[in-house]
Amino acid sequence: MEELRGTERLAATFATLKAEGKRAFIAYVTAGDPDMETTKELVLTLEKNGASIIELGVPFSDPVADGPVIQEAAGRALAGGTTLPKVLETVRALRQETSIPIVLLTYYNPVLRFGLARFACEAAASGVDGVIVADLPAEEGGVLREPLDEMGLALIPLAAPTSTPERIQLIAEKARGFIYCVSLLGVTGMRADLPPDAAALLERVRAMTDVPLALGFGISTAEHAAIVAPNCDGVIVGSAIVKLIAKNLDDRAQMLAEVGAFAREMAAAVG
Amino acid sequence: MTGQLTPNGRFGAFGGAFVPETLKPALEELEAAFRQMADDPAFQEEFQTLLAEYAGRPSRLYFARRLTEHLGGARVYLKREDLNHTGSHKINNTLGQVLMAKRMGKKRVIAETGAGQHGVATATACALFGIPCEVYMGAEDVERQALNVLRMQLLGTKVIAVTSGTRTLKDAINEAMRDWVANVQDTFYCFGTAAGPHPYPSIVRYFQSVIGVEARAQIIEKEGRLPDAVLACVGGGSNAMGMFSGFLDDASVRLIGVEAGGDGVETGRHSASLTAGIPGVLHGAVSYLLQDDDGQIMGTHSIAAGLDYPGVGPQLSYLKDSGRAEFVAITDREALEGVRILALTEGILPALESAHAIAQAAKMAPQMSPDSLLIVNLSGRGDKDVHTLAGEVG
Repeated sequence: MEELRGTERLAATFATLKAEGKRAFIAYVTAGDPDMETTKELVLTLEKNGASIIELGVPFSDPVADGPVIQEAAGRALAGGTTLPKVLETVRALRQETSIPIVLLTYYNPVLRFGLARFACEAAASGVDGVIVADLPAEEGGVLREPLDEMGLALIPLAAPTSTPERIQLIAEKARGFIYCVSLLGVTGMRADLPPDAAALLERVRAMTDVPLALGFGISTAEHAAIVAPNCDGVIVGSAIVKLIAKNLDDRAQMLAEVGAFAREMAAAVG
Repeated sequence: MTGQLTPNGRFGAFGGAFVPETLKPALEELEAAFRQMADDPAFQEEFQTLLAEYAGRPSRLYFARRLTEHLGGARVYLKREDLNHTGSHKINNTLGQVLMAKRMGKKRVIAETGAGQHGVATATACALFGIPCEVYMGAEDVERQALNVLRMQLLGTKVIAVTSGTRTLKDAINEAMRDWVANVQDTFYCFGTAAGPHPYPSIVRYFQSVIGVEARAQIIEKEGRLPDAVLACVGGGSNAMGMFSGFLDDASVRLIGVEAGGDGVETGRHSASLTAGIPGVLHGAVSYLLQDDDGQIMGTHSIAAGLDYPGVGPQLSYLKDSGRAEFVAITDREALEGVRILALTEGILPALESAHAIAQAAKMAPQMSPDSLLIVNLSGRGDKDVHTLAGEVG
């Protein structure tokens, strides 16, 4: 699989898992929280403990789709001087050590400021496989999708419980890599209960496309993950991991140990 | 004309709807409702009656004789939006939007506010229609606009202090959007200015266009001709778009937007997005923004809480690039002088926001001939600012 990259690497990952009767455990961390060296170690730890895909957050000052846990992580990363070029550098460095699919999750303005074509080019050169832009709906995404397509990278769209059938059709047509299905109405963050809208959304999107479906927002325990996993191709966990990072800012060894143990548990529940 | 929606909400290269997918269907629903109501005579009649009998429209176009004599140049007229119910132009928009919310069957209204004028106007409209209301307000603004916080509370609205980010209007909008994402099915987001994702810039302009339409008819009645220039302060730009939209097709009328220069644009401590910003995407639209080289949104400063915002409405960005409108920045110090001049010559205490436009008129009028005409949009009254003024003047 080493020779594959971009959209193809994502497709191959889902295909391999599917052949084994498994789902992807997709783990999110905010790049640069609390520093890039730690981010690299976290990515490798997550991979070692069963993550199939890494979502790397590129911090933005005004993350309207995120709850307080990830917003605070973005604040720590920005305070530490994290920028998009530095995140790309980090991915490039990680590529010396791992071929796990890496997708960036960010907001539109940092990418727009960097330059859309330049971003596609440099993201591909760094070893990024796909991009999720939280505030870029399908209609507005064309200008970024085109240069990413040219470089073979995936612009991964989001689908929400509020999405109409017409919109799901549009999202499915434009999707590359996988579709990020938002499990609930709300921002990212941990919830005590399982989102009730998730199963219905997955069913509605599945009826329209064969593109892999990953479910995210509010999934924080192995128990929840095990319940939702059979209905989708991947489960995305963010805030629960970021919270473990936030809790152990003073003790990196402890942080890595706790994140590793949590990842193992989630990977087992999802797989 | 002013009710038109542009395709995809674009004004040239500006505008659009850059929001999380969860909100996209809600914006489509809002657009459909707006199209329907803009053509619905029953809606129009109810709205116009509210404007006339509840808000107190038309607002007066007042010839400021003593101010004109003091400045010694152009004849200066004031469009008295400060005389509206709740003390600012904001009531025009909130009566329209909350009426839409009621007709759409929404159970709850949320809003953001900077200076508190939009919050008070939303709270007022919600009290009038009996709809529960919650208003997000930056923690810094909660402190400096305590009077408006109390007014909202008296009107039955819950004020939520936002402590994230820069603790001002930008962060209040972020929190209101997060709330909307979570409660989109039964909640109406009453957006306060002619910015944000499509269709808000068009909706807010539509409800505020009454300012410019009235002003145009009033100046023709009084002076028999169009003004040489109209001036309005610009935060997000709702009072400016309201005034400008009455004169967009009158090529001889200069449209002048006055931004918050804070400590001076050269100091970096200001809110002058059009004067010193770069196009980007914040809060759902492509528009001029104060951002750094990495696309992160910069902190802003203005003595006027309602102007303390790093973005601006997309149509104003378009008017800048097309050359139809001009934009200047007025410092905190100059705005305070604007308050002083208007108070002493006319017995009118303007809002600190509006004082920026007064200060610009005070710069321009003396350079103009005595037969030229200026209209300044006096967007709000200054009662809310006495605490800030006490600190500066006292």
